[in-house]
Formats: sequence, structure tokens, C-alpha cells
Amino acid sequence: MDFLPQMTRRQFVRLTTLAGSGLTLGLVLPGCGSRQGASVGAPSAAEPLVMPFVRIAPDDTVTVICKHLEAGQGVWTGLPAIVAEELDAAWAQMRVASAPAEVPMYGNLALDPKGRIQGTGGSTAVANSWMQLRRAGATARAMLVQAAAQRWSVPTGEITVSAGIVTHTASGRKASFGELAGGAANVPVPEEVTLKDPSQFTLIGRGHLPRLDSRAKSSGRQTYAIDVELPGMMTAVVLRPPRFGGKAASFDAAKAKAVPGVVDVVAIPRGVAVVGRDLWSAKKGRDLLEVRWDESAAEKRGTGQLLAEYRRLAAGEKAVTVSSRGDADAALRHAHKVIEAEFEFPYLAHAPMEPLTAVCRLSADHCEIWAGDQFQTVDQMNAAREVGLQPHQVAINTLAAGGTFGRRATPDSDYISEVASIAKATGGRYPVRLIWTREDDITGGRYRPLNLHRISAGLTSNGKVAFRQRVVGQSIVAGTPFATMMKNGVDPTAVGGSAPEQYDLDDASVSWTPPQVGIPVLWWRSVENTHMAFSKEVMMDELAEAAKEDPIAFRLARLGSRPRHAAVLKLVADKAGWDQPFAGGKGRGRGVAIQESFGTVVAQIAEVTVTGNDIKVDRVVCAVDCGIAVTPDVIEAQMQSGIGFGLSAALYGAITLTDGRVDQSNFDGYRVLRINEMPKVIEVYIAPSTQPPSGVGEPGTPPIAPAVANAVRMATGIRLRRLPFDLAAARKA
Amino acid sequence: MSIRLTVNGQARELDLDPQMPLLWALRDHLALTGTKFGCGMALCGACTVHIDGQPTRSCVTPVAAAAGRQVTTIEGLSTPAGRAVEAAWVALDVPQCGYCQSGQIMSAAGLLASNPRPTDADIDGAMAGNICRCATYVRIRRAIHQAAATLAAAPE
Repeated sequence: MDFLPQMTRRQFVRLTTLAGSGLTLGLVLPGCGSRQGASVGAPSAAEPLVMPFVRIAPDDTVTVICKHLEAGQGVWTGLPAIVAEELDAAWAQMRVASAPAEVPMYGNLALDPKGRIQGTGGSTAVANSWMQLRRAGATARAMLVQAAAQRWSVPTGEITVSAGIVTHTASGRKASFGELAGGAANVPVPEEVTLKDPSQFTLIGRGHLPRLDSRAKSSGRQTYAIDVELPGMMTAVVLRPPRFGGKAASFDAAKAKAVPGVVDVVAIPRGVAVVGRDLWSAKKGRDLLEVRWDESAAEKRGTGQLLAEYRRLAAGEKAVTVSSRGDADAALRHAHKVIEAEFEFPYLAHAPMEPLTAVCRLSADHCEIWAGDQFQTVDQMNAAREVGLQPHQVAINTLAAGGTFGRRATPDSDYISEVASIAKATGGRYPVRLIWTREDDITGGRYRPLNLHRISAGLTSNGKVAFRQRVVGQSIVAGTPFATMMKNGVDPTAVGGSAPEQYDLDDASVSWTPPQVGIPVLWWRSVENTHMAFSKEVMMDELAEAAKEDPIAFRLARLGSRPRHAAVLKLVADKAGWDQPFAGGKGRGRGVAIQESFGTVVAQIAEVTVTGNDIKVDRVVCAVDCGIAVTPDVIEAQMQSGIGFGLSAALYGAITLTDGRVDQSNFDGYRVLRINEMPKVIEVYIAPSTQPPSGVGEPGTPPIAPAVANAVRMATGIRLRRLPFDLAAARKA
Repeated sequence: MSIRLTVNGQARELDLDPQMPLLWALRDHLALTGTKFGCGMALCGACTVHIDGQPTRSCVTPVAAAAGRQVTTIEGLSTPAGRAVEAAWVALDVPQCGYCQSGQIMSAAGLLASNPRPTDADIDGAMAGNICRCATYVRIRRAIHQAAATLAAAPE
């Protein structure tokens, strides 16, 4: 489990682009031209088969080259499963390695169909690799079969492959993949391959494929960026402005430099870096660093002032239309029952367990970076700019990330840019490792945006829902190279997944007002759905209650054109025993919520016990439709993870500011879910599907908070509309 | 200042700032990177090691406080409880990002060493100091029960 070493890259003797357009023959990787002739030589049993996504070694191991970051979501298992299936490999022989930063070969086709951006996000890994890796596996299989046919002088049609063994039954001959790899490397790459019918799958969706990274991650042997050790490497920390938008005007490094072990103190665009022989000396040096900050352009407002501004904007006219059906205003005027509600969502930090870390080694014409890198192409460009090189001169070794939840994919590559700028400022004299402390992480920005929603929803006399929503929240992509994602003035990562997009409503509208705020924001696991699903699903519950209907029946009546949603909702209701009387009692309640995000539909039913103002989630039943379930055990794990992550935000998560300074700094102030707060029972059911797979890394998160809020309503009669939940405050309101 | 301690059974001598947290002595000076930095304030448990068999947060333990004592890190965890815990972690595919799991395993091994058949409440008590942002808690709980069962079935 390692990044793909440079030496191995040079061994690539040909390139097959298996993405979309079929196979391209005879291409050679950049820098490999001199090795082109190597593939023409005589077959050798001890040679590997090396292709862009698959390497088969003489020792029988099959290594899948993974272009996506493994950050816990299981791509190091899911992507190899796709290859192994079409290759008819044995699971035990599968290995995985991170791809180098190389576009278009390793570009994310979901982010850009031309593959110009390598990166991981939007729960796209399995979805965009699905056909690409099936073809890669089938191609390698066909080449192994061809090599066996040549060696045995038999027709390819008489050869079978199963569990890593190639067999010619009539003659009783068998060979392993490793024995055939060298020969396979010298047969022509087939222009077309036949993929299996899903009914023939033997690995995909067929029970538990052990994760390829479990052993390393259960023994302390997994290497993360923070573990990288290079000869002569120094460690840096950065003192950043106390308010966002501030800049260092001047600094006095005398005391910092006097700390034993501190070797350099340098100004960089984002602050002042202290470099030491180890983290401890660098950190001690930083504690003594004196910086005068220029805060003339800094954001100085606190959360209260921001919310007041958001309320003013919510009441104003200025907004762009996100989604509109029929005439919501007219329908609301005629509605016999109208509910007005305001929802509030705080800034949220991602707080991955591995604080942001990157290592950089810089020479005159080359920059090499080690990181749990989520945005390789963007990071290459930004690092190149910092060090004055071209993007192709920046190599990125993508290591396992200790969590990300979106934090490592920043349009300005904040921590990658920082480490590159430190390497530049110190003249490349030593490799440098930048570590963000937890305080740097919690106070350092890139938060899920603060949001205020106002909804008016009503029931008309013929039982139809009228729905109008205003969302006030910062744009994530505005002012970044990703602003091209905006359509008709709407940032789809700031607002979306709304009621008119997810239910059959005749009269509904959603509008958005993005305020100008100097707090840096970013996509946070499931992005716009984190807040949009909440207000939508709580309002659906309120409407069902107003209509005196069962919350699931009420939703199903508005999902007629969405059979996947309806099926998932019925599945979760069935498994949770929704039609049975709830074994309630004082303080007990259950609630439901559903959201489609990233092409995956997830519904959850939460059962809670409320004691005083304390909310305990006892049981969660979850149903998911993510197309063909590639690795069901990983899907279950991602649903559990998404639920736990969402519960952290529902129960505790909030970043607040006072006069522009972040109030929280570590896990004491920024509380996250612990084992005693995790539901004891989480049941996950996967809806059967023959559709291509969609992602599971994020979609488990959005439904849990509204499901719990709806359960608390049943338990207490209190409607929770402000995150994180504060029952005491809600009772007073 | 020279500090002598035993790490994973080996006598080590370190010439370091005595106030340097044991975590950074292990990671930056003994190349034992299995023990992780998460918070620096004993709030998350990622840095958990055993000192004389007791789970301890190495991020707030000065290296001088470990002088003359037996330090065990994930790399040297070889007790029956430790082996059972690691095996259960693998069998149930507990890890996701995996970053916190060294600390989780050290805490779990410490729990089983003192309490071979923990209840759910015992697990909550022993493991609530270890944060997992991937929220692998359901499987952690199951793996601890499985490790306990393995230990109970093993011959003395």
C-alpha cells in the first residue's frame, strides 16, 4: 500500500487509455520514450505486465493503480474489486498503489470528462472508475489468455480463467497470472474486450471482500504524510493571522530562533513559518514568535453579527432562483395551513484525525510532494506557482489520508501551497514537513458555510404542498477556479438537493442569497446536502403532521415519479418495523428522513430517547440505493460512518466567531461524537439494483440529523430547527 | 538531558528536552510513527501508548516522565490481548482512514488486559477518550467483544 514509485512509472512501456473512448495503442508515457523498445524483446517469464491501471508481477500479485485518494472511504478496496472481477483474479492476490499525478491518464472523468483534473470528491471514485477499471481488468485478462494460448498453442476460446489461474482443460495445462505476465506484456493490446454480464459477477456484491488496508491500519504500519521521513528533513509550523484576511506586516524572530532546534524562521504568503529539527522545537519557536499583523482587510464580524446580516438578507428581495415549479407564492396565498420556519446552520470544521500535513523536497527544476493529496492537478498548479516551476515539474506522492471529509480538496491548495512556499523560502536546502496542529486545523478556516434558511410551506385544499424557501449562505466556488461550476448564478455546492428537486411538488421555489463574508468556506462531507436535506425533511414532517398523515405515507404520496426514492423509503420502513406501534414510552421517539445526493438515495429512521435535555440515539435503520453494490461491507461501513459524522454535527458541531476570531480550538470546544454517544444499533440495508454504481462516501450523512430532529419531535413535542441541537434553548423559544 | 527508558523491550537513551512530549520523542527521534498525533491535549487518544502496561496519552506525557519505565507502542504490542484485538480489527475491517486506530487498539488492549469480558458500559468507559472521525465505533465495539471471546476461548 504505497504511492507508485517513480522507478516503476518509468517501467511503463506503453499506455492504454481505457477511458470512454476505448483503447489507444502505442502511446508511451512522458519520459519513457527511451524504453519504448523494451516491449519488443523476447517474452520472459520473469517480466511483469505493466499497464496504466493494472500491474501483474511475476510473484502473482495484481496491483491496481488507484487514481483516487484513500481517505477511509474504501476506494483501495472498491477499485481493486472492479479490476479483480473482470480479471477473474483471486482476492488474495490483489494489491493497490496510488497513481502518480498525471493527467489525462489519471484524471477524474466525473469532474471533467476529458480527464484534465485529477482529484477525489463528490463521491465519484467508484462511479467514474467503474467502466474504466472493468475494461482495464478485462483487457489484462484477454492478454493473459492470449499469452497462454500462444504458449500452449491452443485456441483462446478453449481457455478459462478463475481465481487467478488460467486453465486449458482439454490438455490439463494451468498457469498462474505471474507465470503469464511476461508473455502477456508482449501480445497486442486488444482493441475491444467483452465485459461480464453482472449476473456473472463472482466478487462484486458477493459478500465480504476484506479491505486491502485493514492489516496495515490495524498495526501502525500504514504510512500517512505525517509519517514520511526523508534524510535531513526538517519540520515546520506556521503562525497564521488570528483573523481571516489578515497579513503579517512584520515579525521579530529573535526569541524563536533562540529555541534549541529551530533552524529557520521565514515569511511566506500565508504567515510566518518556523522550521525546526522536530515538531516540538518548531512549535516552541512559534510560541515565542512575535508578529505584527495587518488586519485592515480582515473579517472582524462575529457569528451574531453575521446571522443578523443573514436575516436581513433573507427578508430582502435580492436572490437568485435555484429551483422553481408552478407558482409557489400564489399557492401559498391559497393554502389553508401555512407553516413559517427559520433554520440555522453553523460553520463546521472537518477535523480529520490526521491534521493537515505535507512534505516537500525542492530542487532547481523539480518539486516533489508527499501528502494525503485529494486534488492532485490543482495542487500541482498551485505548488508550481509558489516555487516558480511548471506544474509538470511537480510530482505528487499520494499517501493514505487520515480522513479528509473534503478538507484536503481546496481550490487554493492551502496546506500544499504553504509547504511549497516554505521549501522555496528556505532555498530547498532540506526537505520540509509542514504539520498543522489541531489548533491550526480548528481555527484555520475552510468551514462548511454558515447558513440561514427561511421556509414557508402550506397545504392547499386539494392536499398539495406549496413550498417556498430562501437560503442565505456563502458560495464555496465563487472567486476560485471552480466558479465555472456556477450555473445561472447558482453555486451548486452551496445550495441544492431541495424539496422541488427531490419531491413531486407542483408549486415550489427555492432562492439563494450569497452574502459577502471573509470566512473561508469549503465543501464538507455531502456539501450542500448537509443543510438542504435538514430543512426539507423537517418541513416534510411538519407538513405531514399538519395534514394528520403518517410521515412516510405523506412522503410516498409525493415520490410517485421517483421509484428509487420510494423503494428506499419502503425498505427502511419495512426493516424498522414502521407499521408496528412504536415501543415508545416517556421520552422515546422515532423519525425518518431521506435524501438523494451524488446519485445515491439514502433513507434513515432514527429511534431516540430524550432524558431531560439530553438526546440519545439508540437505533438507526438505514436503506441505501447506490446502484450495483460493489463492496457491500464497505457500503455498510460508509453508512455507519456517515451517520456518526452527521450526528457529530447534529448534536455538537459548531464553529463560532467573536470579533472575527474563532472561539474553538481543539476537541474540547469543538466537540465530536465519541463511542458512548454512537447509536448501539445501526442496521444497513442495500436496495438491489442493476444500475451502474454511484458513491457512498458522503450520502450517508444528510438524512441523520433531520431523522433525529423528527424523532425528538415525537419524543418531546419540540421542533428542532437550529443546529447543533439545543433542547433547552428550543424549549424556551 | 539524557533520558533512559525501555521502548518495546529495548533500552533506549535519548538526549532531548525533558519536557518534550513522549509522543514526539517516539515519532521524531525513535522513528516509531505508528503512534499518532491528533490533538496534543489528551482529548482524542490517537497518541495512546502503554507505560508499564497502562494506557497513557503520550502527547501530554513529558518524555522525562517515562524515564526508567516500560513504554509499549503499537509496533511492540504483543500481549495476548493485543494480538487478539489486532486480529479482531482485521477480521471485522474496523479501520476506515485508520489514523486513530493505533490509539484505539492500545486502549482496547489495555481494557482487555484488566477486564477480559467487558460489558458495553465498560467499553464506553475505556474507549470514550479515543475519537474516530470516521465513526467506526460500531465495529470497534464488536471487535472488542470478539477479541474478548477469542481470549476466553484460548488455552491459558
